[in-house]
Amino acid sequence: MPLKHLSEYRDKGLARKLIEAIWKRSHKPLRLMEVCGTHTMAIFRYGIRQVLPPHIQLISGPGCPVCVTAQEEIDRSVKLAGYPGVMITTFGDLFRVPGSRSSLQAERSEGADVRPVYSTFDALRLAEAHPEKEVVFLGIGFETTAPTVAAAVLEAARKGLDNFSVLSFHKRLPPALEALMEDGNLRLDGFLYPGHVTTVIGTAAYEKVAQTYGIPGVVSGFEPVDILESIFMLVEQIEQGRVQVEMQYRRGADPQGNLKAQELMDQVFRPMDASWRGLGLIPESGLCLRPEFKAFTAEERFDLRVPPAQEHPGCACGAILRGIRTPPECPLFRAVCRPDHPLGPCMVSSEGTCAAYYKYGG
Amino acid sequence: MVSDKILLDHGSGGRVSHELVERLFLPRFQNPWLQDLNDSAVITVEGGRLAFTTDSYVVDPLFFPGGDIGALAVCGTVNDLAMLGARPFYLSVAFILEEGLPLKDLERIVASMAKAAAEAGVHIVTGDTKVVPQGAGDKIFINTAGIGVVPEGIRIGGREAKSGDTVLVSGTLGDHGLTILSQREGLAFESPLKSDVAPLSGLVQEMLACGAEIHVLRDPTRGGLATTLNEIARQSGVGIEIWEEALPVRDQVLAASETLGLDPLYIANEGKLVAIVPKEEAEKVLTVMRKNKYGREAALIGEVTADHPGQVVLKTLIGGSRLLDMLSGEQLPRIC
Repeated sequence: MPLKHLSEYRDKGLARKLIEAIWKRSHKPLRLMEVCGTHTMAIFRYGIRQVLPPHIQLISGPGCPVCVTAQEEIDRSVKLAGYPGVMITTFGDLFRVPGSRSSLQAERSEGADVRPVYSTFDALRLAEAHPEKEVVFLGIGFETTAPTVAAAVLEAARKGLDNFSVLSFHKRLPPALEALMEDGNLRLDGFLYPGHVTTVIGTAAYEKVAQTYGIPGVVSGFEPVDILESIFMLVEQIEQGRVQVEMQYRRGADPQGNLKAQELMDQVFRPMDASWRGLGLIPESGLCLRPEFKAFTAEERFDLRVPPAQEHPGCACGAILRGIRTPPECPLFRAVCRPDHPLGPCMVSSEGTCAAYYKYGG
Repeated sequence: MVSDKILLDHGSGGRVSHELVERLFLPRFQNPWLQDLNDSAVITVEGGRLAFTTDSYVVDPLFFPGGDIGALAVCGTVNDLAMLGARPFYLSVAFILEEGLPLKDLERIVASMAKAAAEAGVHIVTGDTKVVPQGAGDKIFINTAGIGVVPEGIRIGGREAKSGDTVLVSGTLGDHGLTILSQREGLAFESPLKSDVAPLSGLVQEMLACGAEIHVLRDPTRGGLATTLNEIARQSGVGIEIWEEALPVRDQVLAASETLGLDPLYIANEGKLVAIVPKEEAEKVLTVMRKNKYGREAALIGEVTADHPGQVVLKTLIGGSRLLDMLSGEQLPRIC
């Protein structure tokens, strides 16, 4: 796995030149939103806010999959963990997110079988190795992860695995962008779009945001030089009065996306209305398995209905996800809500805005 | 959610582990030796000072590139003694074996312990074996305790860091933890990862023998460099600043951590030490370290300051800075 090229995107000299260019070129106050949690993390990790002119404000958006997972979805996964013989597999820190009364982590310490995995295919292997168990994969993430889950479902169908199913919390980015723009509270001058999701979906959705709402955007990679270059490209557009979708992440993404991955997703999933933490119900913003894959749908095997969810009163995750508040403005932040004692998902996820502010002292 | 059960986070070496020690163990076992929270306790006996420590070892897989649980069990305890400047002499070992463990695995582990002990110059002088029914343990758990002698005039400990001191590290970061994780996840890299497990008592003896003043020695095991530096900053009431561009990390470790979404600064090392020494001694100590095979890639990575006491700040490559907190909970695989 050669990752030598990384050093180029972490080059100190290159970064310095870009920082200088941004200072020289940018005159207007700007509010730029990085949509993706991986960008938020990288921005903090490299101290990018501190090297920008003070009139450029970076706002974190709703692009952390764990953060936008609705409380009710957490409650459903906790209920699932309580069924005897169920093994829950999932990636990421969904594991720690508190639901209305418990978390998967707490359920595990009570004896539930919950296993973090790095790939959907690990979940398939576990299903094959444990025919006595009902292995359920909690599908979470945007269009970056959905194709791999689709591939796993197809593989399970091919192998005739009858103890494997998926509980899909997958979300689609484009409807969320539109919902964000329709909410009049957010004033924005530009978007930093996530390179990874773009690799799959392409830039069509961003073009629509540019045309309908007049907001320019740049698709950005995740290394410090990528992010600085993207910010510079946005500054150039705004200073010149252009509204375009430009591609900084040329090494990874193509404007039309990955057609094969899109096909795979289409074959297995269909859009459904979904609840987002902070944004509420957004039409067609989730993904569920198509009826022909009913056999692999966890809801078909288990009763996962739960009472209406209760979020922690005072938790500002919702407003933070919409970019209208920052973590230090939440009364719970740092005082009682910490990564090892999280009250809301933005503090749990390693890509969450609150976790970033907490960890890196924002 | 404050859990009334033990969570895996309690064993991560990060904040939650510290809370467990500080709230549950310390108040009940209260005594000045434990209170110091160093890698070993230093006990004054007639004729000198003894360092005394213990550690338990659980690892999956038992065998990994560069070592195994046996090498860890000897090196870990030897290193904890060495971090107080002690010369390690005697170890105890206690095995908890799960019914069904292949005898040849145990033989291999014991042979590796003997080899590590010989290299470190320690003798395993007492021991115990228990077998638990299948399912009541996980193959093999090992506990070792160790005793060493602290030479006269040596005063090394987590409270000794002073503003103006220099921070050194004996080599590359994250090798052990990433090796274990990559093995578990079946990740293959062009140049394979290898655990750095090694006894550091020889290296420490040479560092002491050069006559330089050494304030703090600590091995950044669980929780990684970031957590270790936080412990030192708190215990000494100083700030620590480290420089990203100076941190030695192997390319393949960087690649593996990028793939898994982990930060090498929070990943365990088993054959590395952090040394905090007065600025004017730094060159001398580095030269000595680099002559030892376990210190060949030693580097100067930062300094101790009077600013931001109790906190560790990282100066990033691009000139920004960020707070390096303790590990909060276990690091988990990321999503995208």
